[in-house]
Amino acid sequence: MLTLLLIVLFTGAALAWCAQYWRPHDGPRAVALMTLITALLLMLPLAANTANGAFIAALDETWLVLEQTPWIPRFGIQWLVAIDGMSLLLILLTLVLGLIAVAASWREIEQRQGFFYFNLLGCLAGVVGVFSALDLFLFFFFWEVMLIPVYFLIAIWGHEARHYAALKFFIFTQASSLLMLISILGLAYLHQQENGFYSFSYFELLGSGSRSPHHFWLMLGFFIAFMVKLPAFPFHTWLPDAHTQAPTAGSIILAGVLLKTGAYGLIRFLIPLFPDSQVSFAPWGMAIGVAGILYGAILAFAQYDLKRLIAYTSISHMGFILLGVYAWNALALQGAVMQMLTHGFSAAALFMIAGAIQHRIHTRDMRAMGGLWPQVPRMAAISLFFVMASLGIPGLGNFIAEFLVLTGSFQVSRTATVLAAGGLVGAAIYSLIMIQKVFHGQASTSHTLADFDRRELSSMTVMMLALLALGLYPQPVINLLQPVLDELLLLNTPLPMRIVGVTP
Amino acid sequence: MLSLLWLIPTLPMLSSLLLMLGAGRFTRHTSALLGVGSVGLSALIAFAIALSFDTTTVYQHTLWQWFSVGALTPNIAFYLDGLSLVMMLVVTGVGFLIHLYASGYMYNDPDYSRFFASMNLFLAAMLILVLADNLVLLYLGWEGVGLCSYLLIGFWYKDPANGQAARKAFVMTRVGDTAMAIGLFLLFRELGTLNIAELMTAASTRWPEGSPTATLAALLLLGGAVGKSAQLPLQSWLPDAMAGPTPVSALIHAATMVTAGVYLIARHHALFLLSPLAMDSVALVGLITLLIAGFSALVQTDIKRILAYSTMSQIGYMFLALGVGAWSAAIFHLVIHALFKALLFLSAGSIILALQHKQEISEMGGLSRHMPFIFGCFLIGSACLAALPFTSGYFSKEPILIQAWLQSPMLWFGGLLGALITALYSFRLIFVVFFGPLHTEPSGLKLPAVVALRMPLALSILALLSLLGGFLDLPLATVLPTTSGHPPLLIEAINTLVPLFGVLACYSLYHRNPALRQRLIQLPGSQALRRFWLNGWGADHLYDLLFRRPFLWMARINQADIADSLSRGITQLSRYSHLLLVEVQSGQIRWYASIMAIGVAFFIGLGVLT
Amino acid sequence: MNSMIMEHALILSGMLFCIGLIGVLVRRNLLFLLLSLEIMLNAAALAFIVAGSAWQQADGQIMFILILSLAGAELALGLALVIQMQRRCKTLDLDQLNQLRG
Repeated sequence: MLTLLLIVLFTGAALAWCAQYWRPHDGPRAVALMTLITALLLMLPLAANTANGAFIAALDETWLVLEQTPWIPRFGIQWLVAIDGMSLLLILLTLVLGLIAVAASWREIEQRQGFFYFNLLGCLAGVVGVFSALDLFLFFFFWEVMLIPVYFLIAIWGHEARHYAALKFFIFTQASSLLMLISILGLAYLHQQENGFYSFSYFELLGSGSRSPHHFWLMLGFFIAFMVKLPAFPFHTWLPDAHTQAPTAGSIILAGVLLKTGAYGLIRFLIPLFPDSQVSFAPWGMAIGVAGILYGAILAFAQYDLKRLIAYTSISHMGFILLGVYAWNALALQGAVMQMLTHGFSAAALFMIAGAIQHRIHTRDMRAMGGLWPQVPRMAAISLFFVMASLGIPGLGNFIAEFLVLTGSFQVSRTATVLAAGGLVGAAIYSLIMIQKVFHGQASTSHTLADFDRRELSSMTVMMLALLALGLYPQPVINLLQPVLDELLLLNTPLPMRIVGVTP
Repeated sequence: MLSLLWLIPTLPMLSSLLLMLGAGRFTRHTSALLGVGSVGLSALIAFAIALSFDTTTVYQHTLWQWFSVGALTPNIAFYLDGLSLVMMLVVTGVGFLIHLYASGYMYNDPDYSRFFASMNLFLAAMLILVLADNLVLLYLGWEGVGLCSYLLIGFWYKDPANGQAARKAFVMTRVGDTAMAIGLFLLFRELGTLNIAELMTAASTRWPEGSPTATLAALLLLGGAVGKSAQLPLQSWLPDAMAGPTPVSALIHAATMVTAGVYLIARHHALFLLSPLAMDSVALVGLITLLIAGFSALVQTDIKRILAYSTMSQIGYMFLALGVGAWSAAIFHLVIHALFKALLFLSAGSIILALQHKQEISEMGGLSRHMPFIFGCFLIGSACLAALPFTSGYFSKEPILIQAWLQSPMLWFGGLLGALITALYSFRLIFVVFFGPLHTEPSGLKLPAVVALRMPLALSILALLSLLGGFLDLPLATVLPTTSGHPPLLIEAINTLVPLFGVLACYSLYHRNPALRQRLIQLPGSQALRRFWLNGWGADHLYDLLFRRPFLWMARINQADIADSLSRGITQLSRYSHLLLVEVQSGQIRWYASIMAIGVAFFIGLGVLT
Repeated sequence: MNSMIMEHALILSGMLFCIGLIGVLVRRNLLFLLLSLEIMLNAAALAFIVAGSAWQQADGQIMFILILSLAGAELALGLALVIQMQRRCKTLDLDQLNQLRG
């Protein structure tokens, strides 16, 4: 079923390319739309079953689906894909944002439509693979598969400095993923030393990293790959360029799902594979997270370019995930995963809005904007909604995420939490200045602009409803994540942490 | 009846949603009906509940479980006791009257429905704040009112100054909110719950008096309270917040939102009682704020800014009351202040409307003959504000001063000085605006008669309530600790006479003997002092220097992202080494050949020599 | 005696080689470059012959034949290139034919 999902996505990608030669103007996008809808329909019964609590027990009750066949038996490489609650949520997020990305590029992409949708779907397929692969080699394979289409998306359909941005993105992610490959091979070699045969399986390598004499360096390989992807300070610098230059759909996919693969890697692989590192490395991890939160907030405020501003806010928000992961308790982890989902929606929406504005007034420079509210009231009100979401107004999902992360991390480190809470003030500053510069003030352009049309409105509505639901009734999501995170927390030597509610 | 409690915040919320989704497609009439009607209905339900509710009990209503992770299990649940009942009545009652007034005041504004959408959303958030049964939900309301305050201060968004004021308000209160959030984390870590009632029991059983953790938690909550209530050191946003429409100033920045800090402290009185240091800080914050705001109000020239500083100063009284343990007196003053300050703001709004949006008091004057009704309302409001005997303000301020005396004569003296200043600035306003020569001719309003009637109606009800408010008996005895003790009669007499003296002084300075005022103005240093007070004791400049400029500087120097220099450095390095090596590739065959020959010769030489 | 001849012959071969090298380095015309290359090859071939006769081994002569055929092939290819070069660039001046410059 998961394999089927991946096949559907890859086939859809190939079909979209072929459709170019059959109906160049609307063929590819229709194929892309149909593919994503099919994929969502495939996932729906699973999601529904899960919501009912009827877990398809494959291994134990955390894994909903698990598919396994040997691939390269000589090296113990398998086709091992599985999903649990966390992967399910992230895959659903990927597919929904994929649909929104298709909606966003519906009119924006005119040239080489077929190749565009091929790349878009290829990237989505790669991301779905990353979220479901449990064989480290397979994981690496999908990790690479998702990179290359994004390179093309930026380099071909991007804006003025697209080549620079695309190359930068590629070099950063490629160099860091090579480090990860070394670490993966190191782990497999370790397994061979211990057991006499190679294995890349997540289940067999669990916790093994800490037994290696070089565990710190192996861990660092993974850590840097995920840090670059997340991105965390100081590896974040590819992100503003990539986001700014990418076409709208590219930005949506980048911000919405690609960044989440880094966070997912941290939770799924890094800490389970190297349980000790959670204890020894936690102060560093949390410090990097806090640095990212504050640094991103200050830089976001300094930007003139609308998309660059939003890109820096992403860096700030990703800092919360890092903080939550290294706090490593039930509250903080719930918060971190929740942040992945809510940031996926809020950042994607903001990028879509930025793209819509650029499509209409042909600039991203906020100094050239201002006073757009009366012309595009619907767009302005919706932007306000998402800006408020991203600055963490309670009632929307982002608040739940940040609140949980901070509550959880406060149990572990007061200093880090207090500093990170400073990011809440920073968020207010950069978000409001954005609203001020774009929508408030005197009108800067005299020509009339088109407000959101039905296609854009419906995309926005989906994301608004999702954020509202996550903000007002997040319990289903929390319940879905609970067994996964409990299992993960069990893997670890628990921190010498005070049990909440029991004070001596 | 009690089961309808959840409708009280829900009705304005729904109406706000409808107005937003309507996106300006409703007629003015429908917008007003939705906006005012929903609040009116809420107020009706609130009053019905008040009649049937036994205030010695507590009513809890859980709508649904919000989320539950580990021990953190906040619900969307409401909690009704005497305190929240009083707050709910103030918010819905005064809120309704202000909405009624606003439906006339804003009638000619093109964004009529956006205005009511924001106002209703505000009321919903405020009601959630006062009714919340746990701190997370309270925080939702707390941030919600901040958001609406931002939206409404910047309601006329075309002027960048309004946007600036709105952002300032939001960011400054956010600083306080963040402190409060940290307080929440601390309370949760130490006590393992965020349900307010459970927290208070746990705090008083687990922590001894004077426990440092309790002090820290109380001070962090105080941080939230000073932000929202515009107290020192986060006070300077309130005067700028007057950029919003006048009904907004009346509702948010006088009657309800800014008093949320007082409610927060009163709600957590058990925690504050554990920490003498926190109590002293509350009292001191209140005292200093009431004095500096009072002095600033003395010299302001914009009618709304005078009222804003006076709000700050009156909330200072409430904090003083909280700090000296006069809990009920603080809430009583909150209620009375909401009534008369709303009255004052709305009357000021009527003046501003009649004078074509002029707000400088130097351009007003002699209005008592032209606007006798407004004059009456303003007089009632000012009398209450100055706490003249037998007005409601007298009844609410008196217990504060008495309790301050019992606590420490120093606090009492400060409060008394504040009372004198209050009388001075409130009657200065009366004399300058309503007496003397006429500067601007008031014009009639271009409103349909039905709409125009709403404003005097709201004003008269508020005036009546302000007059009679002193006889209210709030059902707080079961919620808040009571105080006892009687000061000497002399003290009470001084408390009563000082405001009267202030009014007299004002009368002689501004009406009877302006020459005396001229002499005062010409005293050396008085101009500098005036400017200093006019700018709110330089708080803006100080914060500009301490926070805003360093932040802007940091943002500016690092606009290009210094962390990028590593990757840029690598690019540069490879580019330079390329330039260096490219020289070797000259394209000249003889160059290659000679290098080759030299190389061969070199190695042969090497081979021969060794 | 034998070593005497060998020494002279090797000096001759070295001088020929240097002449060829100098020709390669200083001539600007592509044709002369090829000629100079031939001289260098022949110098090397001569050295092989001398060495072969000195050690009484046939290898030297085999190498000579190899070099000769190599030179022939190289010349054929080189001349073809020279003609092409003349056609395309209208010049055989090496200083102008520097399109491989980095």
